[in-house]
Amino acid sequence: MYRVHAGGTTYTFSSLKELLAKATPPRSGDVLAGVAAKSAAENVAAKMALADVPLKKFLNEAVVPYEDDDVTRLIVDTHDGAAFAPVSHMTVGEFRDWLLSEKATPEKVSALAPGLTPEMVAAVSKIMRNQDLVLGAKKAHVITKFRDTIGLPGHMSVRLQPNHPTDDKKGIAASMVDGLMYGCGDAVIGINPASDNIGAITDLLVMMDDVIRRFEIPTQSCVLTHVTTTIDAIAKGAPVDLVFQSIGGTQGVNDSFGVKLSHLQEGREAALSLKRGTVGDNCMYFETGQGSALSADAHHGCDQQTLEARAYAVARQFKPLLVNTVVGFIGPEYLYNGKEIIRAGLEDHFCGKLLGLPMGCDICYTNHAEADQDDMDILLMMLGAAGVTFIMGIPGADDIMLNYQSTSFHDALYVREALGLKRAPEFDAWLTKIGVTDAKGHLAPHRPGNPLLTHAQALAA
Amino acid sequence: MTADPWANLKQFTDARIGLGRSGSGMPTHEVLDFALSHAMARDAVTTPIDWTPIEKGLADLGLPTLRIGSAANDRAEYLRRPDLGRKLSDHSREALMRAAEMEDGKPDLVVLVGDGLSSMAVAANTIAYMAALLPHVVKAGWKMSPILLADDARVALGDEAGEILGGKAVLVLIGERPGLSSPDSLGVYITFSPRVGIKDADRNCISNVRQRGLSYDEGAFKTAWLLREAFRRGLTGVNLKDESQFLIEGHKGPELIG
Repeated sequence: MYRVHAGGTTYTFSSLKELLAKATPPRSGDVLAGVAAKSAAENVAAKMALADVPLKKFLNEAVVPYEDDDVTRLIVDTHDGAAFAPVSHMTVGEFRDWLLSEKATPEKVSALAPGLTPEMVAAVSKIMRNQDLVLGAKKAHVITKFRDTIGLPGHMSVRLQPNHPTDDKKGIAASMVDGLMYGCGDAVIGINPASDNIGAITDLLVMMDDVIRRFEIPTQSCVLTHVTTTIDAIAKGAPVDLVFQSIGGTQGVNDSFGVKLSHLQEGREAALSLKRGTVGDNCMYFETGQGSALSADAHHGCDQQTLEARAYAVARQFKPLLVNTVVGFIGPEYLYNGKEIIRAGLEDHFCGKLLGLPMGCDICYTNHAEADQDDMDILLMMLGAAGVTFIMGIPGADDIMLNYQSTSFHDALYVREALGLKRAPEFDAWLTKIGVTDAKGHLAPHRPGNPLLTHAQALAA
Repeated sequence: MTADPWANLKQFTDARIGLGRSGSGMPTHEVLDFALSHAMARDAVTTPIDWTPIEKGLADLGLPTLRIGSAANDRAEYLRRPDLGRKLSDHSREALMRAAEMEDGKPDLVVLVGDGLSSMAVAANTIAYMAALLPHVVKAGWKMSPILLADDARVALGDEAGEILGGKAVLVLIGERPGLSSPDSLGVYITFSPRVGIKDADRNCISNVRQRGLSYDEGAFKTAWLLREAFRRGLTGVNLKDESQFLIEGHKGPELIG
């Protein structure tokens, strides 16, 4: 039982799960699930009670039962007590104060990751303001490598997302040229395929591999299909760089995706066996998003943000190159408007980073949400300031395959110009070499000798 | 403004490539073009549907209609509470029960037209699609219920309506979530033996029916094919693959019994 006296009323919360849910900043998904605070005052009272909970308490009270859920077992069984020691005496509120203090250097914050559980970081995020989520996340440095180096401080990468509604190869190639000419693609060139047919998937992998090899691009490709399909493709000899999978924070939501933890292990081992990385071997790409557990009816009465953080415990087990919270894709019944999407994007990035993940964000919304590009500009700016690992680059921010809006190649230029963020160093050097950018990393005037331009002319001919 | 010399690649995709740039920003006309597309998509979601012209168009086809509504009170509640959009309002449930009592025998096919997430899609495509479907229905001899016109509807609203009317299958025409370049896309969902609580995996879907997407004739052809197969095999969903393209393209496909 958790109790707090606030504003002349005594509030009680029967479990850590209930306390976490009621302390969560308001969002439609928690109302839909019936777990949200019943009033604005109860919401703040829950935050007050949560601030006084010792971090150690989170090691003794699970929000989803250990016996029922392999994600809980993963969290508990892999907890690193030694890494936890520096903050083990703190309450949630004291942890916030420490994180924001000068004492919490990037080295100290980054070293905590294996000692923190998803529920601990979710808890502290709930009592933070948006600005705290920015500065807190900025202190957690996470660097990953495959063919380039992602996550260096002062750097931000971009996933080039050249989707096409019928997987038309020329259509995809056209969007790839466009993105590369705008200096995007250092995180990954990643296609959401329309088809889950293994032949079609392999065709796309071969096409991207050809481009990457022909132009010697220091980046990696990915077709975002089910992990078991990618494993099959690897077995058939397809050129797979990164293995993709959508994951969630309970065993039930992962079941709904048709994925078991053993599949992820198998996928990682299959990709590692190909030895395609040149500067490192982080070969997994995960996507997540608040609300997936409720959508799969597998939320165990937890709030969606806590469950989202639990998905990161799954991700970190497999040493990913990239983790992407697709924050506004799920729709207004989970995140109603720009305010809720902005908040969720900052929470997800903060929680992922504190747990040691290379956290990117698909800064996005659907047309039935109360949001527009101005809201995305705010989230983009704040995540850029927070040190986001990568964002999406989509032609004109309009994904014609998935029918939603995200960030454009231009948006990436904007945030680089506003905040001075650099591309992955290997990719940056390549862009300068072929003449896309100048020595300062700015887009250069188009030069006829640029091999990508020659390629574009050949495509059109 | 800096132009993109690869703008001729636009011939291969509807993606917004080769836009050029104004510094780091998009050129003015591209920003405004995007804003207009988004505004149209927003209007498609929020504009309440006007059923009157649809009723008239269906009446011209000889199809009687009945207006019903989900348990959601308005568009805002509809967007936040998908569960309410899947349930009939009490008033509509009673109206359907009365209609079922008055019907002479049970229908093969219950057709529900729901606004869904795009009233624009329903307004633009319903009559043309039904006109294309009707000859298939007549030819097969399927008995059809009055066309149900449903406010604030999700796909699963057809399950409850179909169950009350005792339909062998329910056909739900519904406005799909609008894309920036496709604010008027109609989805067609076919569910055999409709009843409350059926899973989405037990439906078949034909997507993107609209003037610039899947044509009305092709959409109607696929619908009729799936309905015939559903009645023959007694199921819809993941175990009923749409193989109608073998008929359309004249290829030899798996042996099908019509």
